[in-house]
Amino acid sequence: MSTTPPLPGHQMPHEDYLNATYGIRSWLLTTDHKRIALLYLGSVTVFFFIGGLLATMIRIHLLTPTGYLVTPETYNKLFTMHGVAMIFFFLIPSIPAVLGNFLIPLMIGAKDLAFPKINLLSWYIYLVGGSFVLYSFATGGLDTGWTFYTPLSSIYSNSAVTPAVIGIFINGFSSILTGLNFIVTIHTMRAPGMTWFRLPLFVWAHYATSLVMILGTPVIAITLLLAGLERMFHLGFFNPALGGDPILFQHLFWFYSHPAVYIMILPAMGVISEIIPTFARKPIFGYSFIAGSSIAIAVIGFLVWAHHMFVTGESVYAALTFSFLSYLVAIPSAVKVFNWTSTLYKGSISWDTPMIYAFGFIGLFLIGGLTGLFLACLGLDIHIHDTYFVVAHFHYIMVGGAVMGYVGGLHFWWPKITGRLYPEALARIAAVTLFVGFNLTFFPQFILGYLGMPRRYHTYPPEFQVLNVLSTAGASILALGYLLPMLYLTWSMRYGKVAGQNPWPATGLEWKTDSPPPTENFDVTPEVTWEPYDFQNRPDLGLTAGAPSLAPAHGDD
Amino acid sequence: MQSQLPFSPDQASNFAPHVDDLMLFITLICLFFAVAVTIAIIIFFFKYHRKSPDEVGVPIHGDSRLEAAWMIVPLILAMGMFGWGAVVYVDYRHAPADTLDVYVIGKQWMWKAQQPNGIKEINELHVPAGRDVRLILASEDVIHDFFVPAFRVKMDVVPGHYNTMWFRPTKPGRYHFFCSQYCGTNHALMGGWVTVMEPADYAAWLSGSSGAEANPVVAGEKLFAEKACVTCHVSNGTGRAPSLNGVYGANVLLADGSIVVADEAYIRESILQPNAKIVAHYQPLMPTFQGQLTEEQILALTAYIKSLQSQPVPATGAGIAPTTEKR
Repeated sequence: MSTTPPLPGHQMPHEDYLNATYGIRSWLLTTDHKRIALLYLGSVTVFFFIGGLLATMIRIHLLTPTGYLVTPETYNKLFTMHGVAMIFFFLIPSIPAVLGNFLIPLMIGAKDLAFPKINLLSWYIYLVGGSFVLYSFATGGLDTGWTFYTPLSSIYSNSAVTPAVIGIFINGFSSILTGLNFIVTIHTMRAPGMTWFRLPLFVWAHYATSLVMILGTPVIAITLLLAGLERMFHLGFFNPALGGDPILFQHLFWFYSHPAVYIMILPAMGVISEIIPTFARKPIFGYSFIAGSSIAIAVIGFLVWAHHMFVTGESVYAALTFSFLSYLVAIPSAVKVFNWTSTLYKGSISWDTPMIYAFGFIGLFLIGGLTGLFLACLGLDIHIHDTYFVVAHFHYIMVGGAVMGYVGGLHFWWPKITGRLYPEALARIAAVTLFVGFNLTFFPQFILGYLGMPRRYHTYPPEFQVLNVLSTAGASILALGYLLPMLYLTWSMRYGKVAGQNPWPATGLEWKTDSPPPTENFDVTPEVTWEPYDFQNRPDLGLTAGAPSLAPAHGDD
Repeated sequence: MQSQLPFSPDQASNFAPHVDDLMLFITLICLFFAVAVTIAIIIFFFKYHRKSPDEVGVPIHGDSRLEAAWMIVPLILAMGMFGWGAVVYVDYRHAPADTLDVYVIGKQWMWKAQQPNGIKEINELHVPAGRDVRLILASEDVIHDFFVPAFRVKMDVVPGHYNTMWFRPTKPGRYHFFCSQYCGTNHALMGGWVTVMEPADYAAWLSGSSGAEANPVVAGEKLFAEKACVTCHVSNGTGRAPSLNGVYGANVLLADGSIVVADEAYIRESILQPNAKIVAHYQPLMPTFQGQLTEEQILALTAYIKSLQSQPVPATGAGIAPTTEKR
């Protein structure tokens, strides 16, 4: 706390996007990207809560080898609904639709997204899709696994598959429209002087994410539709008894669902690329490499899908190709981690909450990313495929990576979104709690996996119990780590200290307007004359006193 | 390698030491990078902790040589992981000649195995140590996966496909096997035990167990007559369909001029989708048996056709490609 500059008695702005108009209608019919972001914030939080509750029940059930809580049918529904709620309705929209929606226009100096009405439409589509899925959960549940593998999902499952598939199909259009909106906005609405290489890396990350959303989402929508048609009308696409091929489904499914992992992690990487230079108070190391690696991940990410299928009996040549390409996609991820770490070198590092989240992100993403190398290894994957090793790996990426990035980003931009600061000490405690709880929950699962415990088991041999109990203990700490921010962030909306325009201070355009910003974002269209993350030539940040007058040690961009 | 990694299951097959070595290799490399980055972060975290509220960092924008180094070095190491992993995998996907073949059928939620002499087991599998064993996997319903952690091998069991997996058990004992592809309600209960026996014990077990009356070759021969296969597939090559003598494992010349190896998957396809691959000089006359045969019956027919390997091959009418036409 002591490292943040003292806040001279800031005042909330007279009029901002939150109090410009009042009433339910002014929210439900808003075309303001900031209000739509808050609508998304509310709705993804609901799904996070549902998914989290289901996860809690899963962990309690697995306390004993024979299963503690529920029947096998119910257990299968728990993990399926947990996956569907978290992946399609929380992780994929979380950072893009909440933080991206709020920040992209502000960061590039625009008044709104290119298509404000389509932006609102995306949210309504999300709600309609989400309602179908909740209807499925409430009327029979879903027990196919979030992967919907055929012919289990298309023929054999007795659960409410059809409404769930329709819901995910509909929700896909929300993703596509959001991606479209971002791409057009970034191309056409940048303020004067905001060149491509002055864009915040958060915007680069969202540009890459949008490409994946637009190109990948139609494939999953069609695939699930085909599975639904097979289920409803017995059209043979995937069922061998009808002349179909179940392996075809997996190819189509992973063609989207592997890149979908990058929809979740790329925006989080964007958040971290903003937090680290801000709290190290220096330009990011290797800007163009971080920006380029986002695009590289998005492109190569489309060419690795069949690494989920090494033991399906796919051709050996296909397996060799996909393993090779999977190793290639590791390189741009490594580049990011090395550049973030180097940015800290000779920085002026504060220990504010967003920075703790950034450190947590690097630690967890490092483990998640490196364990991906184990799974990409053909010979090793024969053993660890479909075990808890995989479960641990993707939770490190999606929860350790994407959710840490999301929560860290919420803290970083909370003063901008609400105009108020959260209680710093409590927030640091929560960040550390999350990190510890997460590792205790998921690290034992790597060992469980190597020992051979398959995933999606409602009961397990007794020798696996100790590690499962550890994991459940960790999950209870993790749950606390998530509840704390929900409580104090909500509290701070009313009672938090007034933040002012730029409390950290940070260099982005979004910090050059009021907190919370006015409805039209900026009183006059800003003009960008500075390079990204430049603390040296920014007297407006009020940091000149401590600035060392050293020339850059190296300069390559 | 005799030493056993901590946190790993028993090593009981030829693949187990290779997979464990790979695990160790990748773990050590990853540990190096994870520790290096973590130490760097911790050092920077304390060393460059902000001293005064308005202090800023030294503006360093990047270094192309460093960027190149940390792209190239990880790439080389990654290629090492890829190459070594590929060697183990290619070995796993190519079964050696002269394997002991066991048919394994997965169905919701049990496993049926059938030894070469016809002995059937449920949720149990007996195999001799030191012998290359090949499992031919079929599913009656959804996708399953046969996984033996102590052998470090698994393979999906896909309806409509024949997948095979092989291993050489090295250590007598009883080891868990699991279904590791989620298959519905009792997925977690769909497991059992592999018993690895000394070859002599295995031979005694085979002869001591009853069940030889269910010899798949006998059952297949009966089906071959019942389903009227025999009316066209005449063994001397004079029928409307090719003789099946000696066809298993041979190259078959197709009407489109291409050549396929008559393995289990080809035989299965020819039964279920007879028009998919027409043998040269024959008409597409055969009806499909899709939906009319259980996986077990298909296996029995396959076993019977395999047993015809020892029968004399007629000079014409077998559909087998002359050796000169081999590609």
